[in-house]
Amino acid sequence: MTTTTRPALDVAQIRAEFPILATTVRGWPLVYLDNAATSQKPRVMIEAVRRYYTTQNANVHRGVYALSEQATAAYEGVREKARALVNARAVHEIIFVRGTTEGVNLVASSWGRTNLRPGDEVLVSAMEHHSNIVPWQMVCDAVGASLRVIPMNQRGELLLEELERLLQGPVKLVAVAHISNSLGTINPVVEMTRLAHARGALVLVDGAQGAPHLPIDVQALGADFYTVSGHKMYGPTGIGLLYGRQELLDTMPPYQGGGDMIKSVTFARTTFADPPARFEAGTPHIAGAIGLGAAIDYLHGLDREAVEAHEQELLEYATASLAAIPGVRLVGTAARKAAVVSFVVDGVHAHDVGTILDQDGVAIRTGHHCAQPVMDFFGVPATARASFACYNTREEVDALVAAVRKVRTVFA
Amino acid sequence: MADLSDLYQQLIVEHNRAPRNFKQLAHPTRRAEGANPLCGDQISLEVELDGDRIADVGFQGSGCAISQASASLLTGAVLGKTKTEAEALFREVHTMLTSGPGVPVDASKLGKLAALGGVRQFPVRVKCASLPWHTLRAALQAAAEPVTTE
Repeated sequence: MTTTTRPALDVAQIRAEFPILATTVRGWPLVYLDNAATSQKPRVMIEAVRRYYTTQNANVHRGVYALSEQATAAYEGVREKARALVNARAVHEIIFVRGTTEGVNLVASSWGRTNLRPGDEVLVSAMEHHSNIVPWQMVCDAVGASLRVIPMNQRGELLLEELERLLQGPVKLVAVAHISNSLGTINPVVEMTRLAHARGALVLVDGAQGAPHLPIDVQALGADFYTVSGHKMYGPTGIGLLYGRQELLDTMPPYQGGGDMIKSVTFARTTFADPPARFEAGTPHIAGAIGLGAAIDYLHGLDREAVEAHEQELLEYATASLAAIPGVRLVGTAARKAAVVSFVVDGVHAHDVGTILDQDGVAIRTGHHCAQPVMDFFGVPATARASFACYNTREEVDALVAAVRKVRTVFA
Repeated sequence: MADLSDLYQQLIVEHNRAPRNFKQLAHPTRRAEGANPLCGDQISLEVELDGDRIADVGFQGSGCAISQASASLLTGAVLGKTKTEAEALFREVHTMLTSGPGVPVDASKLGKLAALGGVRQFPVRVKCASLPWHTLRAALQAAAEPVTTE
């Protein structure tokens, strides 16, 4: 842990902004350590959605009346906030999607089916979430391209020399998580995009875990596509964003057809709108976008460096405390990690660990984390995973550790 | 309130640690696969039928303590039984796992299987306990498709 002179994060004040953190589970205070699955929601975000439905609700991009203009302005205003969130060059490089999964599917369908040819290759990393594997498998199967895997070592770190070797092949795109949801590894995206671009391949970054933990700069990262889920960064479910470099989006065909994505329609021919409208068929999740805007404001209002330091401290404390329990083995020990701790307890299945922790109000994720290849790699059927957010505390790590110790006594 | 000691009864913990009939049969006449892909429980169950009677039964697989202990207890309970008797036992277990916590468990019919009675207080874990039983049923009915209880 680095010593710092900055004032510590006022976690008590942050916690007061999240109504659900005041609730109890089976009489115990909720210890919510499943933030990699979804984060909890600050009151300002919940209020923004409520306010939209209460006072601003109208469809966007259509009506000439005041309410619709306001809704449109609010919705498009969030696009600018989203642009700033990832530091895109232009606001029309931001497409609203349901979440990271849809972001990947959009690129795989639209860019993939247009640009991938038989014999081409797509690279994914060994630690990808299913959502950054399956869409690529589907498009590769459809066009006759091949999916290849960037391997990792036993700590859960990608092997860049293997990436370089793989890039000697006919690789068109590299798809990689900014942060692994199952291992917590922060991948060296800058280095990876540099290597990929040197060989003419594009890079899509799955930012589902990146956005809540790290400041995102798609230009500095060199990402051609970067996609984010709102609900993992204090926003609503069902809304996220896809950043795509303008030159790429301009050449990509629509993902879905419908209203709002056209310039003109006759029965003979349709002319498609320019990005981002081209990729946003139908009435969008307006309330979700408004909530996402409030979540982005909330994130920007936090001292991000202090949050990062706080989460790193929790990570180090949890890592050391769990590793000290006999029979506990950590899965994912990369040098650069976000606040995610995956572990297994000798002789005890992760689901049993989860049930026992739940009895004490400690909510963690157990299972394969939609990353079955990662489980196979480490030779475990499942892991228990604690993942932290800005509002978590050392006391909650203590509650986690005490409950994990109890697992040993139940199965003694 | 649900209590951990109801779920992880001594018999469950013990069968999980040392599952009975965790084996491949030399001459299986029936075989079925069960998997709950979302949670990762996986079981492969083999039966050797002698006429209508279960002459041998074995399982392999991986999963949580509840699924492993349920499979282990299952093998002990159905060994030597006829298909009809095994089906009756399936129904008893199914009723026990899905009935409300207030409904008493009939230990006279269930024997050691009554140890699975605590599972019903943990609704998300019922599918773990029931997976081996649905897999047995699929084996006895010679079903071709893998079963799931998710």
